[in-house]
This record gives sequence, structure tokens and C-alpha cells, in this order.
Amino acid sequence: MTGLFYLPALPELFIALGAMVLLMVGVFKKERSYETVSFLSVLLLTSVLVIINLDYIPLGYAFNFSFLSDDFSNYTKSLILLASIGIIIISSGYLKSIGIVKFEYPVLILLSVVGMMVMVSSNDIVSLYLGLELQSLPLYVLASIRRESKKSTEAGLKYFVLGALSSCMLLYGLSLIYGFSGSIIYSDIANFLSENNSNKGILFGLAFLTAGLAFKISVVPFHMWAPDVYEGSPTTITAFLASAPKVAAVTLFTKVMVSCFPSLIDQWQLMIIFISIASMLLGSFAAIGQNNIKRLLAYSSIGHMGFILIGLATGTLSGVTGLLIYLTIYIFMVVGTFSCVLALRTNDVNIENISDLSGLSKVNPVIAFILSMFLFSLAGIPPLAGFFAKFYIFLSAIESGLYTLAIIGVLASVVGAFYYLRIIKIIYFDENINIFEPISKRMKLIIYVTAIPVILFFIRPSLLTDLAEKAALSLF
Amino acid sequence: MLITNLFFYIFSIITIASACMVIAGKNPVHSVLFLILCFFNAAGIFLILGAEFLALILVIVYVGAVAVLFLFVVMMLDVDFTRLRAGFLAYLPIGGLIGFVMFVELVMVLGTWKLDFNLPTNVLTNELSNTRALGNIIYTEYIYFFQLSGLILLVAMIGAIVLTINHKQTAKRQNIFNQVIRDPKESVKNINVKPGQGI
Repeated sequence: MTGLFYLPALPELFIALGAMVLLMVGVFKKERSYETVSFLSVLLLTSVLVIINLDYIPLGYAFNFSFLSDDFSNYTKSLILLASIGIIIISSGYLKSIGIVKFEYPVLILLSVVGMMVMVSSNDIVSLYLGLELQSLPLYVLASIRRESKKSTEAGLKYFVLGALSSCMLLYGLSLIYGFSGSIIYSDIANFLSENNSNKGILFGLAFLTAGLAFKISVVPFHMWAPDVYEGSPTTITAFLASAPKVAAVTLFTKVMVSCFPSLIDQWQLMIIFISIASMLLGSFAAIGQNNIKRLLAYSSIGHMGFILIGLATGTLSGVTGLLIYLTIYIFMVVGTFSCVLALRTNDVNIENISDLSGLSKVNPVIAFILSMFLFSLAGIPPLAGFFAKFYIFLSAIESGLYTLAIIGVLASVVGAFYYLRIIKIIYFDENINIFEPISKRMKLIIYVTAIPVILFFIRPSLLTDLAEKAALSLF
Repeated sequence: MLITNLFFYIFSIITIASACMVIAGKNPVHSVLFLILCFFNAAGIFLILGAEFLALILVIVYVGAVAVLFLFVVMMLDVDFTRLRAGFLAYLPIGGLIGFVMFVELVMVLGTWKLDFNLPTNVLTNELSNTRALGNIIYTEYIYFFQLSGLILLVAMIGAIVLTINHKQTAKRQNIFNQVIRDPKESVKNINVKPGQGI
């Protein structure tokens, strides 16, 4: 009966039920429904974050072995929750300024978070697919929530059509895997593969599965949608798209490859290495010519996904540990950078272009300093956290003998440093001075909370690395 | 047994032929009609397998709702299909190449497949009816998937409402309570209007 036990899934149930209750609250509360619902959803996510990390919820299988919660899934769930809490908090000011105060916004984020948590703790291919759909469907809506803006509608539609296409590929691959292995549960598929190593049907399915998942984390050659969607969506949603769903999809990718296809590592390692190299190079070269901050950050996130996939390509414990460390630091950097960008407003409009940042160091030196720290960290300059993220990943690649991957990674990050430094040059040395509006307390809170770990990470790296290693251990 | 086989081949041939017609047809309305024919024949194959619930769901949902919706969209939206096909020849070489590679791979996959000719004709072994057998597992073993699908539908519903509903603050709405509670003495005023002056 252990498989039918539902207690390990309590956090997911809690958020799903909470989202439905908040939907009712939003419908029946006439005034200030957005503020109430957004406050309550932050409260809900925070309490789930606390519950997960206090070990009250038993770990293990649930729902007939479709669901597995372990240290690995709890670690990434905490990351997803942290990112979503940050995004909901920084949203309210921006949403008011563009005239979208809809209580459905936090509810849709909550439902997407449920989908991500289902993905992260999936233990069979049906819950993998359902989690992925539950995660992406609210994102399509959120991307196009600015109905009167042509760009936002275009972004939503593009995201939806390409997302549906990637789901088709994923489903086709999953159907082949199920058809040839005869099971939907990861461990059964792994057992089947250890006996029949060269099953062509499953290999074919694996290629499609990889393509579908690569689409979701927007890595080359499935990255085309990312810059347009990032540019067109409301900026808070861009920040959300760049953070939490990426964590969920990368985690799912790792989990499927490591626990479902361990005996096919020679096959998928090649695919991941190719994807990783291509994304690192594209991320660093294509971003050079960008003038729009959101587009630039889209290319930057493609590049970072390439670096993260190095950890998966090794397929070893130290690789997955490095991947988790990188994901954690990446979340802090992305949410922090986007909060800085959102906080800066000139003439009642949020800045969109890099040139708008000129003169920031004279008007608001504190934010200018913190934003440059985030950019230095994204570029991977010591002693900031971004350097350590890259360090652990490259170390694991060298340990497993993937020297080419490590060398190309280092070269790509050198090239990538150029466009981050260009922004810092504009902030500090450009003559033209813009008048920035004062920053609200909420934004300052999120900016400081994300900046402190990024700047002070070097004091005690073991705080994070120990947690990540413990989480990665439960996967092997 | 012979009759079953005969019907299986009839249904399969029509399914494949109509599927080819869907993509080959010049007129989009014809394509949708061939799609409906394709669904009907697939439902026939399900019936031969003894899966009458799936067969009827296929007809009701896909033919009754989805395909008819397609038909509406194709007929109501004036999409210029000749313009959509304009790039067809330009993309043919690369598309054809990808298609060919996929085809070769699929043949290789089929080559490793051990064919088993002793497939059970009726998938269900016990005496339960189709619907009941499905219900028995959907609400117990697979309750997780069932509820997740429900959540996805909820998201679809919220999304459709968020993206389409438009509450105008200026719109005048009927408030029955206010209408009933009004006192005629306060709402109706008699004014003696002098000619040529207005109110």
C-alpha cells in the first residue's frame, strides 16, 4: 500500500487547493482583490517552502509510484518556490503601471508552480507530461496577458504554438518509449534497458524526448522562440519565464536522463554535449548586438542553460551537484537583475533599452553598484557567486574527461563577459544622465535579498554546496 | 475471424487513404471532411478491438466537437491558403530530407520489432464492461493523472476568461434591487416648462 499513500504529495495538494480557494477569494472580493490574492499567495508559497524544509512531510512514493519526493526534488522545489515568491512580490508595482491588476495573475503563477512541482517529483512518463503541460499552460496565458499590446499577444501566441509543437514531439517520443519498454515508470524502463541495451525504438523515442525537453529550456537548436517571447511578455513574466520554469525543466531533464536512461549514457551524452556547446556559443555571440535588455537577457539565459547542461553531460554525481549549485545561483542572479531592471523607471515608463541606463551611477549609486555586481556575477568574475557556479561545473567536466566541453565553455564565458561589461560601462561612464524615479520598498527588499548571497557567496560556499551534494546523492 | 480481419483491413485502408487526403487536398473544407472520415474508421478499429467506450468517445469528442470546430474555423475565417502554400517548393528539399531520414529511422525501428501474431483479440479479460473497467482504475490507481488533467482544464478555463472578458467600468448595468426600491415620488418630477426656454 505504500504506493497509494498520498502524504508525500501534500505540498502540491496544498498549493493546488490554495490556488482554487484564492480564485474564489478573488471572484467574491470586489475591492483590492489583486492585493489580497497576491499577499495570500506569497503567504501560501512561503508556508509550503517552510513545510518542505522542516522535514514534516514524509519522503517517498505516492499515488501508485507516479510520484516520488526525495532530497533532490525537495531541493529544486525550494528553488522554484523562492523564485515564484520573489516574482509575485516584484510584480505588483509593474502591473499597476501597465494597467493590469488582475487577481488571476498570482493564481495562474500558483497553478504553474503546481505543474513545476509535479514535474520535479514525477516518477513516470505520464506525470512528466501532465506536469509539463500544467506548467506551460498558465505561462502561455501570462505571456499574452497584456491584451491591448500587440507584442504581448504575439509573444503569447508564438509561445503557445511552439510549445504545443514541442509537446507533440515529447509525446511522440514518450509513446515510443512506452511501446517498446512496456512500462511508464522510470525504474522499470531503466531495468528493461539494462537487459536490452540497443533497442532502436527507445533510442528513437529518447531523441524526441530530448528535443521536447530542450525546447522547454530553450537551448540551441530549439531556442528561436525565446528572444521574441521574452521581449513581448510583460517584464515580470519574462523574469518568471527565465527563472522557475527553467529550474523545473532542467531538473526534469536530469532526472529522466539519470534515473530512466542510465545505461544509454553514451547515446544521450553526445546529444547533450552538442546542445550545450551550441547554446554557450550562441548565448555569447548573439547577445553582443542586442540593445533591448529583455532580449539580451534572453540570449544570456540561453547561454547559461548551455553551461548548466555541461553538468548533465557528465552524468556523474559531481556534475549533477554542480548543476544544482549553478541553478541556485542562476535563480538569485536572474531574479535580482530583473528586479533592478523593473525598479528603474524614467518618465513613468520602465526602461527597455540598454542606453536608458546611462547616468544611473550618479542618480542612484547603490542600485548601480548592485546591478553591476549582478552583471559581473552573470559574466562569471571572481569572487562573485557566478564565478563559483561556473567553477564547479567546469571542474566536474574536467573530472569526467570532457576537456573540449570545458575549454569551449571557458572561451564562451570570456566572449559573454563583453556584453555584460558593456552595460556596466554605460552605467558608469556614459555622459547622458537620465532622471530615475525613486524605488519602492518592496523592490529594494527583493534586490537586497538577492544581492547579499550573490556578493557574499565566497565567504562560506559550503553552506550551499553541502545541500546541493546531499540533494544530488539521492538521485544516484 | 475472417470477417473481423476483412473489416480490419477495410477500416485501416480507408483510415490511411483519408489521412493522406487530409494533407493532399487543395480545399481545406475537404481536408476537414476527410479528417472526420479518418476518425470514423479509427473508431471502427477500436470497435473490432472491443473497446467500445474509446470508439464512441472518439466519435463524440473528435467528430462531434473538434472536427466541427475546425470546420467552423476554416469556413468562417477567410484564410488565404494559396498564400500559405507559397513557400512550399522552397522548403521542399530540406523538409523532404528530414522526412526521408525519419522514414529510414522508423524502418530501422520496425526492423527490431518482434511481431507477435497471437495478439489477444479482446483486450479485456474479465466480464466487466468497458466503461466500468476504465472507471475502476481511473478513480483508484490513476487518480493522480485524472486530477492533474482536471487542473489543466481549470487553467484552460481561467486562461480563456482572463484573455477574453472585458469589464468596462463605464458600462451601465441593471440593478434590480435599486429598481424595485425606488420611490416614484423621488424619481419622477413634474416640471412646468415654459415655451421656448427649455429645462
